[in-house]
Amino acid sequence: MTLHVDAPLFATRRRALQLAGVAALAAVLAPRMSLATEAQVAEEMKKLFGSKAMDEGKVKLDVPEIAENGLVVPINIDVDSPMTDADFVKSVHVFADGNPLPQVVTYHFTPESGKASASTRMRLAQTQNVIAVAEMSSGALFSTRAQVKVTIGGCGG
Amino acid sequence: MAIKSAPRVRVPAQAKAGEIIEIKTLISHEMESGQRKDAAGKTVPRDIINTFEASFNGKPFFKAEWFPSISANPFQSFFYKARESGEFTFSWKDDAGAEQKSTAKLTVA
Repeated sequence: MTLHVDAPLFATRRRALQLAGVAALAAVLAPRMSLATEAQVAEEMKKLFGSKAMDEGKVKLDVPEIAENGLVVPINIDVDSPMTDADFVKSVHVFADGNPLPQVVTYHFTPESGKASASTRMRLAQTQNVIAVAEMSSGALFSTRAQVKVTIGGCGG
Repeated sequence: MAIKSAPRVRVPAQAKAGEIIEIKTLISHEMESGQRKDAAGKTVPRDIINTFEASFNGKPFFKAEWFPSISANPFQSFFYKARESGEFTFSWKDDAGAEQKSTAKLTVA
């Protein structure tokens, strides 16, 4: 008889504890960081380039499709340009739309670079888009984006 | 944390005139993002290398502005079109104002 009464009570108490546990975990995790959004990236680009039109192409962004460790994600950018005094890549801006800060790196090239190409390693907090925008010496803008799936986020903790 | 150890730079010693050479650099630095919290729950202040610059015979030709999204112990590779013999200077500057420099010689045949 007591078993009959106790059993469901026990079950609900366990359930309640589980729920409390989940709530506590969520409370711990939630305020950890606020992540950038696509809108923030767009805002950042507007600050840099105004409302100038952007074309696709010319920029090659090489990032892994799946990054197992978000702390170290290799990135290579390569812009198609003759790199002469008359026609070269001035700068390349790289953004990540799911990191606490949208900017990743800005490169400044000169005709002496010979090739508008550079590699580094970045942190990605979660699965997100990486966006590269190249500014030519003529002022023309070219952009490209790629999604990186991140298995373990790289954002402290 | 300030810059603590000598950076590593890989540059070919020789090149032909007009040849585009690749330069690879690596430096030890925590690149503290300013997003992390310590055990007491206090935010660890940001301290990153924010600028890397490469010059040849005193003339800058490549610059990278790094943000906190760049990984610890930042690696950077880039290119240079060899024209004449001379010396590269590489410089890393961090938020604390510390600067680390490295040089490498290039002979153009």
